[in-house]
Amino acid sequence: MTAPVQTEPDTVTRTYASYSRPVWQRILLTRELAIIALLAAVYLYSTGNIDNFDNPLTLYYLFLDTAPILLIALPMTLIIITGEIDLSVASVVGLSSVLVGILHQDAGLSIPVAALVAIAIGAVAGAFNGFLVAYVGLPSLAVTIGTLALYRGIAVGLLGTTAVTDFPEKWTDLAKDRLGSDTSSYPVILVPFAVLLVLFALLLHFSPFGRGIVEIGLNDEAAHFTGVNVARTKLTLFVLAGAVSAFAGVYYTLRYGSARGDNASGLELQVIAAVLLGGVSIFGGRGALHGVVAGVLLIGVISSAMRLDGQTVNVINIVIGVLLVLSVMSTSLLAWVSSLRSARTGARGPSAPPPAPTPNHPSSTFSSTTERQHP
Amino acid sequence: MKLNRRVSAFAALTLIAGLGLTACGDDGDSDDKGGGGGGDLSITFLPKNLGNPYFDTSDAGGKKAIEEFGGTYEEVGPDTGTPDAQVPFINTAAQQGVSALVVSANDKTAICDALNEASDAGVKIVTFDSDTDAECRDLYINQADAAGIAKVQVDMIAEQIGDEGEVAILSAAANATNQNEWIGLMEEDLAANHPNIKLVDTVYGDDDDQTSFDKTAALLQAHPDLKGIISPTTVGIAAAARYISTSDAKGKVMVTGLGTPNQMREFVEDGTVTAFALWNPGDLGYLAAYAAKALVDGDITGKEGDTFEAGDLGSYTVGPDATVLLGEPFVFNADNIGDFDF
Repeated sequence: MTAPVQTEPDTVTRTYASYSRPVWQRILLTRELAIIALLAAVYLYSTGNIDNFDNPLTLYYLFLDTAPILLIALPMTLIIITGEIDLSVASVVGLSSVLVGILHQDAGLSIPVAALVAIAIGAVAGAFNGFLVAYVGLPSLAVTIGTLALYRGIAVGLLGTTAVTDFPEKWTDLAKDRLGSDTSSYPVILVPFAVLLVLFALLLHFSPFGRGIVEIGLNDEAAHFTGVNVARTKLTLFVLAGAVSAFAGVYYTLRYGSARGDNASGLELQVIAAVLLGGVSIFGGRGALHGVVAGVLLIGVISSAMRLDGQTVNVINIVIGVLLVLSVMSTSLLAWVSSLRSARTGARGPSAPPPAPTPNHPSSTFSSTTERQHP
Repeated sequence: MKLNRRVSAFAALTLIAGLGLTACGDDGDSDDKGGGGGGDLSITFLPKNLGNPYFDTSDAGGKKAIEEFGGTYEEVGPDTGTPDAQVPFINTAAQQGVSALVVSANDKTAICDALNEASDAGVKIVTFDSDTDAECRDLYINQADAAGIAKVQVDMIAEQIGDEGEVAILSAAANATNQNEWIGLMEEDLAANHPNIKLVDTVYGDDDDQTSFDKTAALLQAHPDLKGIISPTTVGIAAAARYISTSDAKGKVMVTGLGTPNQMREFVEDGTVTAFALWNPGDLGYLAAYAAKALVDGDITGKEGDTFEAGDLGSYTVGPDATVLLGEPFVFNADNIGDFDF
């Protein structure tokens, strides 16, 4: 009885469509687009209904305030897609902030030199995380919880409870400068962000390295056997995270004109929340940068709209928290709905292979093409 | 199914197109400045963080004042006291065009630019409790000055021990600037006005509960005739009171200094402590609200010598550096401690 079942696929020529859905569906019906649509909806609603929201200052402040999150979210997205996490990013921001302050004030270095040194040390801090995760094989959650405390400790230890506030106005003004006219909504920090966004998008979505990142997230052993250098990829990503976080620290220091050890504490959770909201799977293997950028902006727009509406921070936190939970739930919910749908329409689907191999679980064949599930 | 997908896809497209269009539209009429608040008096309180009983008390004082003179009170704030966390709230207040912002700064520099931008937008800036750099605000409401703090503690201990006998000081860290300033002033005051009180020792508990507790024990052993301990730090006074309350010295050695009602409540109730001092945060917020109103109305500009009325608290004069002093520290005792929760 088993023999014919096994040979059947060989005798009947199966035809698979390249994709289960037409291209417009694959582009539009994604979690990324859902977040972008939600962002647009919230933005439009707020523009029409919240006093002062349509003021160009709203967007200007929004970009200024979310710039560190936008920046760090780029490498964080790649790290989370590999199935790892980096909790130490905010501590690297603090460390870099303190270093810029000390190097400028005590060592007399100019701001660009101090910034470059801080970014280099940020990269080293990231490399330390990456080495422990990729080559020693420790879980990134544990490693970066440790370095979260370690780097923050060094930062606070270096400067104590004092703050360095003596920065040249030229540089502190630059951090808040606008592109184009004086009333423009777009601060100059968006330029380095745009450059990094393009670089990270090329890296993740249009390069073999990026395919490797996704593969590692789906199954790192399989990735290894297909020729992906798993350890080196992870190390590279942690180094990038360290360097970008340190750059965010330089921006942070100049933006507020104050280098303190406790700068940006708690920022890592805002970054991770935005990345997850943007449709990146915490289990790895799935995610895209346009969704993440929308996720960061969505949280920013909701916060500033609710602040302008006079809501307290607790209400804002509740709304964002609920949104995040719903967004994480939606992945499983959508998968479940789509599996139900496949079960019902299964045999009639145009791209379905003629005989369903295991009629009791038809969902597995179909859902795997739309939503990559992974233990 | 197909239709549903198409509809939702279309909706998504429309929204995206809408985003692009509105973004463009925004740039077009960007001259429209915020500040539509106008007319009535709106004062926003921005404490270091929300859910802090100290600021709940001070902001309630501000609310009371604003209700008295008929303005709009609002309290906003971050949930953590990180240096930059107040900036978005300051920006928001500037955009809303509130009349005045009353803020306790988490960082004296980090919020400066935001405050200056708000000031440019016509918002009057009053700091209270914790100041910013002087050029970033119109007025600072100072809760207490060193001379007042030193004097109230000497007066309390003198009254409690009958103006004669041995006393000691339990301080925080040996190099704490404010503590040392107060101790210096207390020594002068004791020498000049209380010749029968002898300051036998000054010990340092490093603002650590256990160290302060141990230092109290050591003080009592080293000075068997000790009649009073002054601890000008909230950690020290609570630790000293806890030690005394469980030792034989209870009732013989008086403890006083600077403390908060919630910390000291049980020791006041069990009689270990008869009185201690701090400022009244409620009055601080109340005064800050009246000062904000005076600035908005143009009664004062923050110049030294300007005077304004602050409701029940009476008349105040602006001192040097655009600072207003709340007044003498507030003495808490068994009669009034029940009124406070911070």
